[in-house]
Amino acid sequence: MGMTLTEKILAKHAGLDRVEPGELINAKVDIAFSNDISAPISINEFYKSGATQVFDREKVVLVLDHFVPNKDIKSATQAKMLREFAKEQKLVHFYDSGEMGVEHALLPEKGIVLPGDLIIGGDSHTCTHGALGAFSTGVGSTDFAAVMVTGELWFRVPETMMFIYNGDLNPWVGGKDLILYTIGDIGVDGALYKAMEFAGPALKQLDMAGRLTMANMTTEAGAKNGIMEPDEITEAYVKERASRDYELMRGDPDANFVEIKEYDVSNIEPQVAYPHLPSNTRGISEVEEIPIDQVIIGSCTNGRLEDLRMAAKVLKGKKVSKETRLIIIPATTNIYRAALDEGLFETFLDAGAFISPPTCGPCLGGFMGILAEGERAVSTTNRNFVGRMGHPKSEVYLANPAVAAASAVAGKLAGPEEVV
Amino acid sequence: MKIEGKVWKFGDDIDTDQILPARYLNTSDPEELAKHCMEDADPSFADNVSESDIIVAGKYFGCGSSREHAPIAIKAVGVSCVIAKNYARIFYRNSFNMGLPILECEDTDAFNTGDRLSVDMETGEIIHLDSGKSYHFKPIPPFMQELIQSGGLMKHISQKIK
Repeated sequence: MGMTLTEKILAKHAGLDRVEPGELINAKVDIAFSNDISAPISINEFYKSGATQVFDREKVVLVLDHFVPNKDIKSATQAKMLREFAKEQKLVHFYDSGEMGVEHALLPEKGIVLPGDLIIGGDSHTCTHGALGAFSTGVGSTDFAAVMVTGELWFRVPETMMFIYNGDLNPWVGGKDLILYTIGDIGVDGALYKAMEFAGPALKQLDMAGRLTMANMTTEAGAKNGIMEPDEITEAYVKERASRDYELMRGDPDANFVEIKEYDVSNIEPQVAYPHLPSNTRGISEVEEIPIDQVIIGSCTNGRLEDLRMAAKVLKGKKVSKETRLIIIPATTNIYRAALDEGLFETFLDAGAFISPPTCGPCLGGFMGILAEGERAVSTTNRNFVGRMGHPKSEVYLANPAVAAASAVAGKLAGPEEVV
Repeated sequence: MKIEGKVWKFGDDIDTDQILPARYLNTSDPEELAKHCMEDADPSFADNVSESDIIVAGKYFGCGSSREHAPIAIKAVGVSCVIAKNYARIFYRNSFNMGLPILECEDTDAFNTGDRLSVDMETGEIIHLDSGKSYHFKPIPPFMQELIQSGGLMKHISQKIK
């Protein structure tokens, strides 16, 4: 019996010929990263352990993204702690203000995470990087501290669920819709403790941005990691970014999957996840008349240049409803600049949008667009839990950037066909 | 070790945004975090919970973000253990890594807010003190027991590097 791609990457990093699902292994980590809300606890734990130096200053990465630009004094104190630690430890990859971004958009963009890698991050959306053909999973602060000290971590080898996407994508349908549809099918714990591997001809119609979006939300199905085999699209993306060697790995043809699911994407229309679970999905043709107070386009899920282009296509020549606030947050400084250079900002500003510097901010109810009691938002982010973006009695509807932009124009939950 | 405490019952899919809302993630001080424990699931919880009380929930407790602030808040507010049908994976790791006992038991529907439970960590038995009925939680995997015995992951590691 062969191994899945996830099993192969874990075996390689554990120095083993093979691993079995359920097995506990100790594996070497290629990249470990964290951010301004998870890392403070890790830094304290790091010093408490008696350690003085991180295991490898090229492999420990810190990104200030959640509450930065510093939203208040406490956040500023946490950010300062990371800045000082990065300086003391001479971290090669430390990203702050002028060269920054939401970690899961920034790391692939800079070629810091690469195919074949074993990656851990102090953030649940670390599974994003599996889209590159890597094993990438989220951990807590103590796990991250342990890796900073030793460069290794324990893992339980997950069973792999295979998801195959056939057919041709409908207009305005992208990675966000495929993953929302899938979560709607299997539920928020449908892949609990498991690897979600994506394959099939429809994936060839997705660029890296769409694939990263899919892997990003595997955590919303409870998965340990999301992964897809690298192909020519992956290779073209990483070739121009990588500054170290990488390996394009594939699963064995006789690998064992705990479950195989197939979808015909020609049946999938743009999806909306109603409050308060990402699995609460329905097609855009089935939504009711729901007035919307705020729209967020951005985040590690949908804040990439391709996402902003999709939004601009809908917003071109249109005006945001007087009843609705539209906040656009390019996910990295580079995306921000590219959007500016391409003229997307002009489209956004003409439409009446507010443009924010890169930050996770409103996605987790931090800042830069908090909801009041009773307010409703359409958001391209990844979670719509109770109180996620503000008041516990506010509501979040998750959607792709085209649906989000259309809803901003319509002032109510709406599909792009209704406004373009 | 035996734990005895009063039940605070929650439902399925209690996510970390309900356990410790992100608006309080600008600090990692356990005492500060304890004040907001479970706030968006039950705003009265943090003020009324007593030392050694037990959180009981349905399936998939701790889903959502990786924030270790969630188990830190639960531990800091004085909760002695969590019993749920199952857990989200990062919350599970985090709890063991920082020393909060969390137990998996299929029968949590039988427990309600205010009930008194006695939990025997060695034998895996949960006794519902009001009815005298006995239940069992799934054995804790040997590796996780090792982690608890060393006092958490970092103590485990610092023993190694010394």
